[in-house]
Amino acid sequence: MGLVLLIVIWLITFVSTYFFIAKTWWLPAGASALAPAIDHHFTTTYIVMGIVFVAAQLSLGVLVWMYRDRKDARKAEYSHGNLKLEIVWTVLTAVLFVGLNLMSREIWASERFRAAEANAVRVEVTGMQFAWYFRYPGPDGKFGATKPELEDASSGGEGALGLDTTDPASKDDVVSGIMVVPVNREVEVILRAHDVIHSFFVPAMRFKQDAVPGLAIHMHFTPTQTGEFEIACAELCGMGHYKMHGILKVVSQDEFDKWLASREAEKQ
Amino acid sequence: MATHEFAAPASHAHAAPQGFIRKYVFSLDHKVIGLQYYFLALSAVFVGMFLSLVMRIHLIWPTASLPLMGEIKPEAYLSLLTMHGTIMVFFVLTTAPQGGFGNYFLPIQIGAPDMAFPVLNMLSFWTTFLAFLVMLSSFIVPGGAPLHGWTGYAPMSALQSSGPGEGLGADLWIISIALFCVGALMGSLNFITTTLDMRAKGMTLMRMPLTCWAWFITAILGLLAFGVLLSAGVLLLMDRNLGSSFFVPMGTINGQITSHKGGSPLLWQHLFWFFGHPEVYIAILPAMGLASQLLSVFSRKPIFGYKAMVYAMLSIGFLGFMVWGHHMFMSGMSPYSAFTFSVLTMAIGVPSAIKTFNWLGTLLRGRIRFPSPMLFAIGFVSLFVSGGISGPFLAQPVLDIQLHDTYFVPAHFHLIMGVASIFGIFAATYYWFPKMFGRMMNESMARWHFWFSFVGTYAIFMPMHYLGMAGHPRRYSQLTEVAYLHGLIPLQTFMTYAAFITIAGQFIFLFNLFWSLKYGAKASDNPWEATTLEWTTTTPPPHDNFGGHTPVVHNGPYEYSVPGAPRDFVMQTDPEVAATH
Repeated sequence: MGLVLLIVIWLITFVSTYFFIAKTWWLPAGASALAPAIDHHFTTTYIVMGIVFVAAQLSLGVLVWMYRDRKDARKAEYSHGNLKLEIVWTVLTAVLFVGLNLMSREIWASERFRAAEANAVRVEVTGMQFAWYFRYPGPDGKFGATKPELEDASSGGEGALGLDTTDPASKDDVVSGIMVVPVNREVEVILRAHDVIHSFFVPAMRFKQDAVPGLAIHMHFTPTQTGEFEIACAELCGMGHYKMHGILKVVSQDEFDKWLASREAEKQ
Repeated sequence: MATHEFAAPASHAHAAPQGFIRKYVFSLDHKVIGLQYYFLALSAVFVGMFLSLVMRIHLIWPTASLPLMGEIKPEAYLSLLTMHGTIMVFFVLTTAPQGGFGNYFLPIQIGAPDMAFPVLNMLSFWTTFLAFLVMLSSFIVPGGAPLHGWTGYAPMSALQSSGPGEGLGADLWIISIALFCVGALMGSLNFITTTLDMRAKGMTLMRMPLTCWAWFITAILGLLAFGVLLSAGVLLLMDRNLGSSFFVPMGTINGQITSHKGGSPLLWQHLFWFFGHPEVYIAILPAMGLASQLLSVFSRKPIFGYKAMVYAMLSIGFLGFMVWGHHMFMSGMSPYSAFTFSVLTMAIGVPSAIKTFNWLGTLLRGRIRFPSPMLFAIGFVSLFVSGGISGPFLAQPVLDIQLHDTYFVPAHFHLIMGVASIFGIFAATYYWFPKMFGRMMNESMARWHFWFSFVGTYAIFMPMHYLGMAGHPRRYSQLTEVAYLHGLIPLQTFMTYAAFITIAGQFIFLFNLFWSLKYGAKASDNPWEATTLEWTTTTPPPHDNFGGHTPVVHNGPYEYSVPGAPRDFVMQTDPEVAATH
């Protein structure tokens, strides 16, 4: 039985580890300024924890096989433990775990401890059952007021957000069903939700943040590649959760300016 | 009671009841109550497992028409996952290890005739039973069971019109959980008092089996955690039905302005996870205690580092109350507090690692026997490592950005708090069945059950890590809408087939359990040659556990292979052996 256990535990370990190492399924290709740092730290954690995983499982397999009851005269060792060893592995794991954590602190701080840069593109992202809307402040740089009593999801766009058209700041606001941003420029997202909690998740940008009713959460990221990237809702928000997705389109600054101008023109 | 150091209240000395109702239904006997909890959890685990089976089928064949249930709609899928999670966490993982085995064996292992408060004990079981009925009833009310997940995040859970099932079904769900909390609080008080006040002569705290330590610490966690969940549940009910706004800010639902304003959705998350994280340890600590016990018994060796094991469990319990914020890194909580929670969470990995080292140290130079309880204990260690290893990923906010609310999270908690704890329950069943029922369970069926479960659960839950890394969000009822999920469907299909096979294996267990009750080989008083007090009494134990006398304890719980001793084990009640710590 000891041998069978050894073989099964080792097999499970090797098969699981193979798929991690072969990267058959892995993080999607990163396309934001922060992605390389996050991926690098992911790989570091993965290597460290992978070694711990393999070492622990392989030793478990070896121990149950080596020390199986062989019906010989050997007695089990009478020992209540070893204080020195206990201290050694306590200190080792403490250093390892807290060390890993401190290594990732800088990345977290650079992402979340500062406000967006002054020249960032500002986009208000609003989640509601079961759609995302994206609003740009227009040339005046100001978002117009929105009011819950004006919300009308069936009218889409501005109506869905409850935009108060009597507010002068709202005149040049552009509301879009897809998110368009320029490449290599910081994007400040202002996350809101109307009804329940949603979560704005763009895997390729290594970006995720809940959108919470009653809060306007400011976050930022910098896309570094042009293309279309999928947005998924990552917080259970109701029966349509699975289909609450959107498109993030990263284009050149020129194309972005043209797109925004044409949307402004449509509006006038 | 004569040798006791305290004057026991009269209720302890209750005579063995004669009528069926008092003996088996409204019993005051902790052993009967333990079995009641156990069979409640057994019913619940098969309900929970059935729900997960329907979910797995729906994910792969979303339009399939199932017998009696028809086609599963997306909202029905969410009801299934809500009820699966709730039933498994509360009525299985909290109920069986603590309410079931803790109730049955804590008093016997410390040499007490019963729990400190037998009437309270009976009440706590029947409250839990009622909670289970209320929980199930949410399936059959109009709108069905709630959709908001086992975590019940507000405002979704607080607004009746946020989806089907958020009407009466959600109210019943909250009431059930509130009742469960009341039952769990009564149970916790009983466990704590019993451990502190009712130990036999010589049973010092540091001579208690690690199972007793685990039940004791779990009870303390329960006492501190369930009270908070109970309050949160009451507030949520008020938000839903009395127009208060604890968890709901001003907003709209389905285009209608709600009557709420000023509440905080994050407040619910703080309250819920203040309970929810210790709950993880409530589920796993008893399994840790049991694994320690079994590895020592079947390696015929003292546990490696008894004191370190006790201190590790104590620090896990203590730190467990300071890490709840790691569930909320992406919630809008301050990024500064995220960092604090992250460091504390990494710190809790240290006592967990100590335990793993000590389990391996116990096997080292042992003389290992492999009966079914030991197989499940070894399986527990393997699963605990595999589930634990993903913890440091999720505990770092930077990595949690990508992994939060993806399949990586269910991969982590299913392996560690789900499957590892359930392996603890299986191990306990095979280990204590002879003591509880006087018969052995069939060993070959038990082995088949082990291989199905061990390989099967790895096949189901290991691939979830890959899905998570690829960015597959949790709780998606269909995989067709988001394009990048299409490539992951083969992996999902594999997991569904693995679930079929694993679930089939569980019926071997169920059959074995009932078959052995009637046809199992007769068990001796101490079939495993173990040292703790339950093996000193008859099989099954008499009504007062020790047949009119109280044991006196002279030894620690893990004196195996003591040099010079006539046998390779020294019972706790045997004359004292020289301690060579």
